Amino acid sequence: MSESTGKVLLDVRNLSATVAGVQILKGIDFTVRAGEVHAIMGPNGSGKSTFSKVLAGHPSYEVTGGEVEFDGQDLLALPAEVRARAGFFLSFQYPVEVPGVANSQFLRLAYNTVMGGRGREELDPLEFDDYVREKLQLLEMDPAFLERSVNTGFSGGEKKRNEILQMALLEPTLAFLDETDSGLDIDALRIVAHGVNSLRASGNAIVLVTHYQRLLNYIVPDFVHVMDGGRLVKTGGKELALELEARGYDWIGREAA
Amino acid sequence: MAETTSGARTFLDSLLAGAEAGSDALKTLRARALERANALSVPTTRHEEWRFTDLTPLSRMAFRQATAGAALDASAIAHWTVPEAATRLVFVDGHFSVALSSIVSVDGVRVERLADAFATGNAVLASHLGQIAGFEHDPFVAANTARLADGVLVHATRNAFAAQPIHCLFVSTQADVVQQARVLVVAEDGASVTILEDHVATHDGAYCVNAVVEIDVGANARVRHVKLQRDGKKAFHLATTAARVARDGTYSNLAVTLGARLSRNNVHVLQGGTGTHFELDGLALIDGRQLADTRTFVDHAQPHGTSRQLHKCVVGGGAHAVFNGRILVREDAQKTDSTQESRNLLLSEKAHVDTKPQLEIFADDVKCAHGAAVGQLEAEEVFYLMSRGLSESVSRSLLTYGFAADIVGRIGIPSIVRQLDAAVVERTGGQEIA
Ligand SMILES: Nc1ncnc2c1ncn2[C@@H]1O[C@H](COP(=O)(O)OP(=O)(O)OP(=O)(O)O)[C@@H](O)[C@H]1O
Ligand SMILES: [Mg+2]
Repeated sequence: MSESTGKVLLDVRNLSATVAGVQILKGIDFTVRAGEVHAIMGPNGSGKSTFSKVLAGHPSYEVTGGEVEFDGQDLLALPAEVRARAGFFLSFQYPVEVPGVANSQFLRLAYNTVMGGRGREELDPLEFDDYVREKLQLLEMDPAFLERSVNTGFSGGEKKRNEILQMALLEPTLAFLDETDSGLDIDALRIVAHGVNSLRASGNAIVLVTHYQRLLNYIVPDFVHVMDGGRLVKTGGKELALELEARGYDWIGREAA
Repeated sequence: MAETTSGARTFLDSLLAGAEAGSDALKTLRARALERANALSVPTTRHEEWRFTDLTPLSRMAFRQATAGAALDASAIAHWTVPEAATRLVFVDGHFSVALSSIVSVDGVRVERLADAFATGNAVLASHLGQIAGFEHDPFVAANTARLADGVLVHATRNAFAAQPIHCLFVSTQADVVQQARVLVVAEDGASVTILEDHVATHDGAYCVNAVVEIDVGANARVRHVKLQRDGKKAFHLATTAARVARDGTYSNLAVTLGARLSRNNVHVLQGGTGTHFELDGLALIDGRQLADTRTFVDHAQPHGTSRQLHKCVVGGGAHAVFNGRILVREDAQKTDSTQESRNLLLSEKAHVDTKPQLEIFADDVKCAHGAAVGQLEAEEVFYLMSRGLSESVSRSLLTYGFAADIVGRIGIPSIVRQLDAAVVERTGGQEIA
């Protein structure tokens, strides 16, 4: 584990949340400092996506307890779009298809809204086209993806690249990447990991939600956490991921008991 | 000018007023149609086929036949012109406008006024006109046929190919009138044509359009038919399109409904040979007190036919959309592959949709899928856009826009896509998203 000195970007204290009346998150404590990479692993249904969506402001989830401070602000008090403008980004486990809306149109709207909110200059369609093409290159994406409807008919891997393209455009301070590696072949994984790494800076941080240690060879975490039953039940360094891959999750439950 | 009183019968009478002279064959056709029109009555909501569409408001109107109005200046229709279509036939209040029309000849594709075709006795008329759109049971088709005097004839001979769409523009300039519209398209074997049927108005008074389009698609021929109903907000629009498709032929129909207080669009597609392909796309984008009723009937009567249908409604205000999609797969129609989807978006509490897929399958080796969904925008979709910084209202507008633009994007005529895109942006509250 590396010695952390960056400023605290995200401070989650005893967070609990329900969806459709069912308690999913049961008291999460989690701190991320600038410059860090965290990985959250854990069995299916343990609450990893729920945690990510609660932080991003999904209206279907109800926070029933705890506090979250993000970059000095009370994150839970902000609507989803304000969280995005403030620098929080979620790469979706299942990106949503938006038929009829050209990807370029959507990306530019998102870019101008978020960057405009941060006092940066808005780009007209031509300027944006130049700008987004650079980012496409970073992810080795075909410019044809700009003309197609958002995520519509994209393969699983293409959808994930499109998520990271959005991350590259919106320049978040804190990015949660929820299973961005799932469904990627090894070449795509390398490309996506390279893209994510090139976006890292001393002022921002990344949280990787993943089932596979493989990703962590490319984006090396400072901390690995295990979520189980809506709690973070164990935290370790990057070697924990190897151990989890070798031994599964069962031993953690026994150890904790 | 016919006298007008109220009542359903009077409405039919107003449709029938003042038939003109023509050839004997045409006179016979008209006389037969007139007989049917007189025997039939305007349907009420007691008729199963009109259960959701109450024509009482139509019967209350006192319409007269449209006379030729004042000449329309070219600038009055400038914003409806389609640069991609060199050939344009313009009817103003049902009357052909020589000044506004232009016909650019393409090898093997003959486009002319029906009135001229009647005068010269074009042989395709005898074998097609009035024979694809049946008038036995439909008073409006019967009235249109009984009153048949002019319209558009597109005749593409064997293997003829018209790259550009043929624009049939029906403009209303007068209130309180009924106007007929009639189109016959005959595409012989291997021919390919695109028809753009376009209904517009220069005023916002009440009027009634009664349109009949007949399409004959020959073996291995392709006809693409784009229909834009952008009538005025107080208009009544009654329309029947009937297509008959021979072996390996393709007919695609894309209908966009934006206008009219009450509209009924019947589309009847008959498979006349094996291996045909049908595409039916529909979009009704309505609000206020509008009622848009679409009734399609896909008749798979032969083996190896395919059909793809996607009908979407975006309904705001207190508007009401109706979709009835009947697919008949007859006993002989083995290996039919048919899909139908009805997707509907309600934008307000009072908006209303009645959707009814109607599958009747009598063959045993077929693939048929259909589905219908009515609802609001998915919370997951709205959240996805909001997570990218868009406000909730922009997110909703963009999703609604996309829902409709998905169909508009399929039109394939760039200037029309742009025109409709602007209309869709406006209707979906999208100034902010443009
Ligand atoms: N909208 C919802 N309605 C009801 N239950 C839900 C909803 N969303 C999540 N859950 C439940 O919450 C629990 C946690 O789900 P979550 O998606 O957060 O798990 P996860 O750790 O991301 O799993 P995976 O590794 O499979 O992605 C599961 O039991 C799931 O069924
Ligand atoms: Mg998950």
